Amino acid sequence: MATATITDRPGHGPMLPAPFRVARREQDTADTWTLTLEAFDGPGPSIAPGQFMMVYAFGVGEVPISVSGPPGRPGPVVLTVRAVGAVTAAICKAEPGATLGLRGPFGNAWPVAAAGGGDVVVIAGGIGLAPLRPVVLHVLGHRDRFGSASVLYGARTPRDLLYTGLFADWRRTIDVEVTVDTAGPEWPGRVGVVTKLLPDAAFTPARTTAFVCGPEIMMRFAARALLERGVAPERILVSMERHMDCGIGLCGHCQLGPTLICRDGPVYPYSTLAPLLEVREL
Amino acid sequence: MPLFEGLGDEARVLIAGCGRNVHFAAGDRVFREGGEADVFYVVRHGSVAIEAFLPARGPVTIETIEAGDVVGWSWLFPPYRWHFDARALSAVRATVFDAVCLREKCDGDPALGYALMGRFAQVLIDRLQWTRLRLLDVYGNGDHH
Amino acid sequence: MAEQLVIPVEALDDLIGGLRDHGYRVLGPTLRDGAIVYDELSASSELPIGWTDRQDGGSYRLERRDDEARFGFAVGPHSWKRFLFPPRVRLWRARRDGDAPVVDEELRDDRPLAFIGVRACELHAIAIQDRVFLGGAYTDRDYALRREDVFLVAVNCFEPGGTCFCTSMGTGPKVESGSDLTITELFEGEHRFLVEAGTERGAELLGALAGRPGEASDVEEAERSLESAAGRMGRTMEAFDLRDLLERNLEHPRWDDVAARCLTCGNCTLVCPTCFCSAVEDETDLSGGEAERWRVWDTCFSVDYSHIHGGSIRPSGRSRYRQWMTHKLGTWHDQFGSSGCVGCGRCITWCPVGIDITEEVAAIRATDGADATVS
Repeated sequence: MATATITDRPGHGPMLPAPFRVARREQDTADTWTLTLEAFDGPGPSIAPGQFMMVYAFGVGEVPISVSGPPGRPGPVVLTVRAVGAVTAAICKAEPGATLGLRGPFGNAWPVAAAGGGDVVVIAGGIGLAPLRPVVLHVLGHRDRFGSASVLYGARTPRDLLYTGLFADWRRTIDVEVTVDTAGPEWPGRVGVVTKLLPDAAFTPARTTAFVCGPEIMMRFAARALLERGVAPERILVSMERHMDCGIGLCGHCQLGPTLICRDGPVYPYSTLAPLLEVREL
Repeated sequence: MPLFEGLGDEARVLIAGCGRNVHFAAGDRVFREGGEADVFYVVRHGSVAIEAFLPARGPVTIETIEAGDVVGWSWLFPPYRWHFDARALSAVRATVFDAVCLREKCDGDPALGYALMGRFAQVLIDRLQWTRLRLLDVYGNGDHH
Repeated sequence: MAEQLVIPVEALDDLIGGLRDHGYRVLGPTLRDGAIVYDELSASSELPIGWTDRQDGGSYRLERRDDEARFGFAVGPHSWKRFLFPPRVRLWRARRDGDAPVVDEELRDDRPLAFIGVRACELHAIAIQDRVFLGGAYTDRDYALRREDVFLVAVNCFEPGGTCFCTSMGTGPKVESGSDLTITELFEGEHRFLVEAGTERGAELLGALAGRPGEASDVEEAERSLESAAGRMGRTMEAFDLRDLLERNLEHPRWDDVAARCLTCGNCTLVCPTCFCSAVEDETDLSGGEAERWRVWDTCFSVDYSHIHGGSIRPSGRSRYRQWMTHKLGTWHDQFGSSGCVGCGRCITWCPVGIDITEEVAAIRATDGADATVS
């Protein structure tokens, strides 16, 4: 029988939010903002790409938000948040100087180092580009470690695209292709599903790692299209979303069959995930 | 052209006889809703927008067609009229095929007709599945659920 | 220090008193509202002396025994988890101090706990929750604090209930380990307890009790009693291969069948001694200057349990029952290295429509591989 021991510092348990001050707040789209948060004491946490924070708006509640800032070194926490409910709306309204509570980082990471030496394809849908931005930043920062690198990004309309101001910089060393579901005549780019961007992306399937994040059905179709191109299912990485209350594997909500997403995920190889996604309402 | 891959040499010669190269400048209309659909295009370079014109809203892009893909299938069935507008988004190089000529050749050679119809069916299926996916509006905010 | 002692039944008061003298808050079975529940005890007279419980699917009632047995019943609607993992706990309080909120973690304000009358299945249940709350990368601090110094007085079962199946799950009826003291209630000749120490502190407490050393005849009677109990389980479950059986039967038509009966009330998860799911609730005072976070029991039978932006992952009763049962018996192995079921039978007894987990497993096993999605 396990013995009860308290391993965390008293008063600093993993359920206790630490105060962070909003340093910057930028509007990305009509309903999405990117916040830069600074710790009250110390430089801030070191966060691996793909990890998430539990973000607390005072008195309103707490939600898991993927980190979209640069990975791997202590510093301010960058979060891109879409206002879809009471808590996310309250977070999006937090002006510079306001305080939010953060717990984390939690969850596993996109295996960016393991992708080194090969080609990289990033497929993002909607807000799904936010958790993938650390992957892009990692590739940009270590460009010589990778072969070809493509970002394939789909959103609802041109107005819903995130980080468009960054694309010119990204495009200096990686390929960025964008498509939207519908657009007016002023949109010079592509209209269609994100998987339509795959045939034109230059990569060698046998040495490619794909990072996919977006609505679940979009990820399923993207994974299938990648398999068709010959990318190994173990090297198609997908980030999952489920209800989370604790973020540390104790509350039970984020179960997906045999796994707990906050603990074993949110990033999974498609080879692990495919049989689970096939079962409806699992 | 991927569309004709796998067809016999004879068939390819026959089809090539119905085609010629064309150019469009960015913004040029390729065809217009209601017009006679007596051709189809295979885009070789550039991209073409399929558009619908909505009163009080103007043109809306339904899909963009890139190099290697087909623009137009209203020529396949009566009444042979375009259902949407098509417009060059960039400088476009394409091959235009004389559909009347091709229809006659298919009528005279059912094996060719079957092979060609199979290829167009694949194009249609891809477009339909992509359209179905977008119909789900997966990036929407969920309010309509 | 004594390792084993035979004490008269009245000496149980000395044990309770000894624990209280050591600062423990003593908790044990007692009668309340027509059921045997766990509550604070100050004397052995508060035990359900001479009572037993009759249990079946969806039914529970108390009956008089024809003896004065102290532990002549199975388990009731309570389990010890309500003390180690209380239904509602405040995790912290925050107040605005200038623009910076100050967050204070709540610490338990309880005397150390002593549980009297813990059954073998319940010791296994506590061990399972220990693995969930203490065995991973993060520990539940509230649970850890409450659990740390709990004194466990276990009891060997001699009156298994109508819904019990611990022998199937390998969790009883005999207490094998994990207790500070283990009591076997014996009736032949004189009514007495055989008490064995499992830990140093158990032996220390035992040494302070008046009794005589256990004899071979005491031990033999205890063994006969346990053997008899093992043969009188109300239910059985074939536990072999359960994890894989359920994994390959996620589309079995039996899920539709059970969903037609299940009210998705979540009673089974409340009475289950291992169910650990919780939700957090955030509250503020009217001025918005103070906020609190509470951790409350949650149930996978609620639609909101799996709510994400856009809707619920498991809107149907079918998927929610399947989640509960496949987790309990199957995916618990993947997540925490053991089954989540100890065969206590509470979920069967307290289900308002008498859904029987052993029957559901048997039905799936009987038609292993049937698939409702293939017509």
